[in-house]
Amino acid sequence: MARIFAAVSGGGHLEQLMLLSGAFAGHELYIATPNPKQALLHGAPDPIPMPDCNLNEPINALRCATSALKLVREIRPDVVISTGAAPGFFCILWGRLLGARTLWIDSVANAERLSLSGRLASHIAHRCLSQWAHLADGKRVQYAGSVL
Amino acid sequence: MILLTVGTQLGFDRLVAAMDAIAPDLDQPLIAQTGPGRYTPLHMQAEPFFRPSDFEELVARSMLIIAHAGIGSVLSARRHNTPIVLMPRRAKLGEHRNDHQLATAAHLRDREMIFVADDESDLPGAIERALAAGQSAHQSQPTGLVQLQSAISAFILGD
Repeated sequence: MARIFAAVSGGGHLEQLMLLSGAFAGHELYIATPNPKQALLHGAPDPIPMPDCNLNEPINALRCATSALKLVREIRPDVVISTGAAPGFFCILWGRLLGARTLWIDSVANAERLSLSGRLASHIAHRCLSQWAHLADGKRVQYAGSVL
Repeated sequence: MILLTVGTQLGFDRLVAAMDAIAPDLDQPLIAQTGPGRYTPLHMQAEPFFRPSDFEELVARSMLIIAHAGIGSVLSARRHNTPIVLMPRRAKLGEHRNDHQLATAAHLRDREMIFVADDESDLPGAIERALAAGQSAHQSQPTGLVQLQSAISAFILGD
């Protein structure tokens, strides 16, 4: 049994994580999100609130990164997973630095190009998946199925 | 029931009006989330937007979802394995800032339980095919989703 920490933004990112939740069965799962209300609505038990941010707002991003560090140190996950966006990226970053295995799944909404968070994560995470076969480069970005 | 949604950000009167014209021919009630549109439907129950929990309940009850080509709507349908008909917004008709919904519709066109209507004239045919798919839908999950879940499971176990 692995201890999994999933960090995702609200809206479609969270919906995609919940669609994939079958993959977490039998493991210990912690979910952090800026939208814990939506997480409860979609059946996530005990979602952990975390601040939202995007990478274009440095002050918010710094606050978010600090919160991500605190969560990763508290939870001490074996695996960190995110379907986006920036808050998930920071959890992947700290997870990687603190010894967890890290998986980035870029949102299915990005059909033309990987998100900015995804492009950054592709340099940091152990594995980076796009949900569109035509965006995989077979090296840093791979394709392994899609929620749609 | 059948659920029509154009999201909550922008109106999409072309789709709402077309569905209002089709509504009397449907053998089940149509409920619509019309966003900030101008058209007032005559043949269906419509609200500008529903609270998330109410919307979730409507999605769960729907036999079919008809929507703009927004990823959020497709994900909602996927969660309940409900067939969905997508009609993309067009930038030249002032329905969105750009034509990314055309790209989304093109990418999703041949996926299981997803049916694309390029414009209003395609709607009746797409609805018919989607309802038929919903009737015969085996309860298994779509292959792409199963594949992605397997990849995640394998990663967790340290492949």
